Amino acid sequence: MKQFVIKEFLHIFRDVRSMVILFGMPLVQVLLFGYAITNEVKDVKVSVIDQSYDYASQAVVNKLFASGYFLKGEHISSTSEIEESFRKGENKMVVVIGPDFAGKLETGQQPSIQLIADASDPNTANLLVSYASGIINAYSRELIPAANIPVIVPESRMLYNPSLRSVYMFVPGIITILLMLVSAMMTSISIAREKELGTMEVLLVSPLKPFQIVAGKVMPYVLLSFINAGSILILSYYIFNVPINGSLLLLLGETILFILLALSLGIFISTISNNQQTAMMLSMFALMLPTILLSGFIFPIENMPAVLQWFSLIMPPRWFITIIKSIMLKGSGIEYFWKETLILAGMTLVFILASIKKFKIRLA
Amino acid sequence: MTDISVYGEGLVKNYGKTEALRGISFSVNKGEIFGFIGPDGAGKTTLFRILTTLLLPDAGDASVEGFHVVKDFRHLRTILGYMPGRFSLYQDLTVEENLKFFAGIFKADISKNYHLIKEIYDQIAPFAKRRAGKLSGGMKQKLALSCALIHKPEVLILDEPTTGVDAVSRREFWEMLIRLKSQGITILVSTPYMDEAILCDRVALMQHGSIMASGTPDEIMSSYPHRLFKISTDRTLELLSLIRKMNGIHSAEMFGSDIHLSVADAETGIEEVGEYLRNYGFTAEKPEEAKPGIEDCFIDFMKLNQTG
Repeated sequence: MKQFVIKEFLHIFRDVRSMVILFGMPLVQVLLFGYAITNEVKDVKVSVIDQSYDYASQAVVNKLFASGYFLKGEHISSTSEIEESFRKGENKMVVVIGPDFAGKLETGQQPSIQLIADASDPNTANLLVSYASGIINAYSRELIPAANIPVIVPESRMLYNPSLRSVYMFVPGIITILLMLVSAMMTSISIAREKELGTMEVLLVSPLKPFQIVAGKVMPYVLLSFINAGSILILSYYIFNVPINGSLLLLLGETILFILLALSLGIFISTISNNQQTAMMLSMFALMLPTILLSGFIFPIENMPAVLQWFSLIMPPRWFITIIKSIMLKGSGIEYFWKETLILAGMTLVFILASIKKFKIRLA
Repeated sequence: MTDISVYGEGLVKNYGKTEALRGISFSVNKGEIFGFIGPDGAGKTTLFRILTTLLLPDAGDASVEGFHVVKDFRHLRTILGYMPGRFSLYQDLTVEENLKFFAGIFKADISKNYHLIKEIYDQIAPFAKRRAGKLSGGMKQKLALSCALIHKPEVLILDEPTTGVDAVSRREFWEMLIRLKSQGITILVSTPYMDEAILCDRVALMQHGSIMASGTPDEIMSSYPHRLFKISTDRTLELLSLIRKMNGIHSAEMFGSDIHLSVADAETGIEEVGEYLRNYGFTAEKPEEAKPGIEDCFIDFMKLNQTG
C-alpha cells in the first residue's frame, strides 16, 4: 500500500501534464475568472449630447462620470451621429439631455433625458442602462425634498453580495469545476493508463485486492485535490476578498465529501473505459460540460427548460455549489443544507458500490 | 505430494468465434523449465493468462502447485511470478523504484530475496537511477525478471521473454533461467524461437491452439520419422525449387543458407540426391546426413496437422 501511494505520487510529479493541470490550472482559473471574465460594468465609454448645457445638466453628467462605471467617449454633437458611433464601436451608450433642462426642473416640469444603448450585447446594455438610471434617479431624489412631491421609491438591498461582485459567484463554481477535473478526470485517466500500458496485468497477478489498488490510486488525489481547494480559497480570500462567513471546518468537510464523490465517479469511469482516450472523453463529456452548463454555475437553473432542470438534479456539482455558496456567502450551518449533503453522500455510495461491482479482478 | 507443479486438462478458450485454445492438456514437473514453442497466434499468451488467473477458461481445468486457477486465484496470485509479453513495468519510474514497488506490493523483503536476483540485478544496478523507459531491450527484460522474482515465487511464468531482444541478451537470459531452475523454481516459458527449445527440460509444440507434440527436446527430435539431409549452398532458392521437384522427397525447407530435405522412402539416399543435383549442374553442393532439430520436427508436425 505504502509503495503504491509513493509510486502514484512519482507518476504525478514526473508528468508535466499532470503537474500543469494540478497546480497551474487553479491559479490560472481563479485569476482569469476573478480579473478578466466578469460581467460587471467598469470604465465603459459613454458619450453625452447635452442640448441644454446648463448647471443642472452638467451636474447630472458629472455624477455619471464620477461613478467609475463610465468613461467619456468620443464627442458627438447631434443625434444623427449616434448610430455611426455605435457602428465604429466607440461607444456603448449615449446620454441625450433635452433642451432647457434646468428651466424645466425649476418650474416643476418633466425634463427629458434619453439613454440610448448598443444592445448588440444585451447583458451589458441592460446593466449600463440600469446603472445610469440609478445615478440619474439618485440625483433627482436629491432635488425632490425641495420640490416636495410625494413619490414611492423602493429601496433595494442586495444581501450576501451587496456590490454584486461576480467573483463571489465564480469562486464556488471554480472550486467545483477544478475538484471535478482533478479528482474525476485524473484518477480515471491514471487507472485507464495502467490498463493501456499493460501494467494492470502485473498488478492483478499480485496479492493486491481491488480495493487496495483503487485506494492506492485515489489517496494521492484526495490530498492534492484538497490542497487545490484550499489554495483557491486562500487566493480568493486574499486577492478578491471573497468572504467565508460560515464555518471553515464545515466548508472543508463538505469539500472532502465532494472530492470523494468526484473520485468515486472517476473510478467508475475508469472501470468502463479501457484506455486513456476513452477515459478522457468520458470525463470531458460526462463531467466537465454538465458541471459548467447544468450546475447553475453560469446559467441559472430556474431559466432552463424543464427537461434540463430535471437533468441538473443528478449533477453532483449542482448540490455542491449550493452548499458552498450558503457556507461562504450566507454563513449558514449544516441545518440549512443537510439535504444536499445527504444527496452527495448517497451519490458517493452509489458510485463506490457500482465501481466495486464493475472492477474486474481478471482481464476479460 | 505429487511432483507435478502445473497441470492443465482440456483447456478451451474462445474469443467470440476465434478458437484460441482447443482443448489443451499438459503437465509440468516441479523444478523444470517447460517451454511452449510456437508461432504468434498459437495460443501461448492465452494459456499463460489462464494459468496466471487472468482469464477464465471456457472449459477444462488447470492448477498450479495444487491450487485451482479459478477457485484459488487469490492464493495463486501470491505464489506466481509473471512476466507478460509486453514490457509491463512503469517506464516513468527508475530501475530501483520499480523493484521497490514490486517488492512492496508482494510484501517481500528485498534484502532477504536478493540472492535470487543478485546475478541479474547486478548487471542493471549501475543504472539504478535511470528511468525504466530509457533502458535497452535486454536490460528491460532483466529488470522485469528481477521484479517478477523479488517475492520468491514458486512458479515463474514468462511470456515470450526473449522476443525483440538481441542475440547476446537472449543467451544471457537463458543462462539466468537455468540458474533459477537450480534454486528450485518451476519455470514456464513461451517462445517463438525454435532454437530455444533445446534449452528447456521439456517442451510442448503449439500451433492453432493445440499442442502438436510434447516431451523432452531429445524425445521430440528422435521421433522425427524421416531421414534428413542438409545441403549448404549459396544458391538457396534455385536449389530449393529444384529439389522440391525431385521424386521421393518428402519435404525441403530453407534454414538460413542451408536446405534441409527429408526423404519419403528408403531407396532415396545421399547418393541419389547428389546425383540428381549434379545432373542439373550443382556440382559444388554435397548433401550430408543431418540430425533433425526442433524446427524440422515442428514443420513436420505442422504439415501433418494441415493434411490430417
